[in-house]
Amino acid sequence: MSYKEIIARYAEVPGGIIEAFHAVEKELSFLPEEAIAEAARVFKMPAAEAFGVASFYSMFSTKARGKNIIRLCESAPCHVAGAAEVVAAIEKELGIRMGESTKDGLFALEFTECVGQCQATPVITINSKPYLDVTPAIVPNILAEYK
Amino acid sequence: MAEEMRIVLRNYGKIDPLNIDEYIAAGGYKALEKAKGMNQIDLIEEVKKSNLRGRGGAGFNCGQKWFFAYQTNADQKYVVCNADEGEPGTYKDRLIMQGDPQSVLEGMAVCGYAIGANKGFIYCRGEYPYVVDILNQAIDQAKAKGVLGDFDIEVRMGAGAYVCGEETALIESIEGHRGEPRFKPPFPGVEGLWGKPTIINNVETFANIPVIVDKGGDWYAAIGAPSYPGTKVLTLTGDVNNKTFFEVPTSTTIREVVYGLGGGVAGGKKFKAVQIGGTSGGFIPESLLDTAISFDAMSAIGATLGSGAVFVMDESRDMVDVVAEITRFFEHESCGKCAPCREGTARMNELVGKIKDGKGSAADIALLKKLGGVMSIACLCGLGQAAPAPVLTTLGHFAADYEDKLV
Repeated sequence: MSYKEIIARYAEVPGGIIEAFHAVEKELSFLPEEAIAEAARVFKMPAAEAFGVASFYSMFSTKARGKNIIRLCESAPCHVAGAAEVVAAIEKELGIRMGESTKDGLFALEFTECVGQCQATPVITINSKPYLDVTPAIVPNILAEYK
Repeated sequence: MAEEMRIVLRNYGKIDPLNIDEYIAAGGYKALEKAKGMNQIDLIEEVKKSNLRGRGGAGFNCGQKWFFAYQTNADQKYVVCNADEGEPGTYKDRLIMQGDPQSVLEGMAVCGYAIGANKGFIYCRGEYPYVVDILNQAIDQAKAKGVLGDFDIEVRMGAGAYVCGEETALIESIEGHRGEPRFKPPFPGVEGLWGKPTIINNVETFANIPVIVDKGGDWYAAIGAPSYPGTKVLTLTGDVNNKTFFEVPTSTTIREVVYGLGGGVAGGKKFKAVQIGGTSGGFIPESLLDTAISFDAMSAIGATLGSGAVFVMDESRDMVDVVAEITRFFEHESCGKCAPCREGTARMNELVGKIKDGKGSAADIALLKKLGGVMSIACLCGLGQAAPAPVLTTLGHFAADYEDKLV
């Protein structure tokens, strides 16, 4: 489905631009400039305001990124549970640094704040699905699910 | 030894959350029926009498808040459930929504009847899409059963902004804007979502409501600490043996939580500190562990109950290392609307980072204290006002950790 069709589905939802952006990201993994301009038109606001919304929220990206979004929690409970070692293991496994995407477009690597699964730290999410008690040793197995 | 008391989590693990019949069989929706048989003022008085205070962190009297929205005349009013649970170390609202979503819907519908609103929104954080699915299924089932009457509920999803837990920022986000807090007054009870009177309560607050209506305000008011009665759902993280959740009366002490239910510090190490209420909470030393986890008892020791997160740190933890993570968090999550927070969180992170790297001086410590003091009164919303608490409380209780690193 094109971004135009996706955004059109939310046209009648008051304040629906955030829901529309979520739907576009689900399809394209990021918000292309044209999609933000289209949303501005549909939700009747200046393009600057629509871009302001897109750039405000951490989960939205205005730059192209990999299809499967890996997020590593860097909040205090995960930090003391050894999140830094998990970061290093994932960076090594994918050959990219935090904030980058793999060349094949399969993975994007980002930091996130707490994802609310603190009973089993450190935590990562892939496309919002939580993986608990992550250790460097199990990183390759987790990523293999998406390759 | 402290024992659990489950009011909010009364059905957790006992019923299938995706089967409304099981909720009804457990007594669900009887409270809503009872509420609708009362007049609105009597219902609000009953909630007021329970002395239930907001479980999102601000601790405002729930019935009093409802009364403000009730007495404001408007063609449309709204009920909003704040499910933007973002305080690091907190997952109580997720547990409630995953384990017993109908209890939240019922609480919202009671509120809708009390204030005269026929429309509700649940604003659920973007990190919980799987909870959004559960809520939508629960709403569909409630509609199909007709239990909500003419009260409609819609779920909206956030997109990763801690500040949207602040009620006016949350309203802005539902309206499709950047989540920047509004100036208060007007308060949402008078002028909230789309300019209409709006009640915003936390998930845990709403989950308490059916029980209060069912058993009465007096029954509830007698549980736990008199000034902040009822229970609190706590989530234990960090260096504690039982990294799990508990619901306890608010008269329970921190020591009972950490050493009783929590099973003590992990790995046989010694206790150093506990941060309660999430990342914006104060750090508490061993000497203050006999404080009750009630709103006012926590305020009295310069800490907060907040969201009920309990983050335990053992003797091996360096407070400056942990606090540096927290100041980084606040710099990232500051929305940028007001200068004291936008600039303050950045400078605070800079100063703590400098000390952590062994480049700080005594003058930097003095500056941190001054900056923290200014932010706690000058920032527009709770985010900026609370952001200095971890820095100021660790400077107070764990000064040696900072002093060891000064040049």
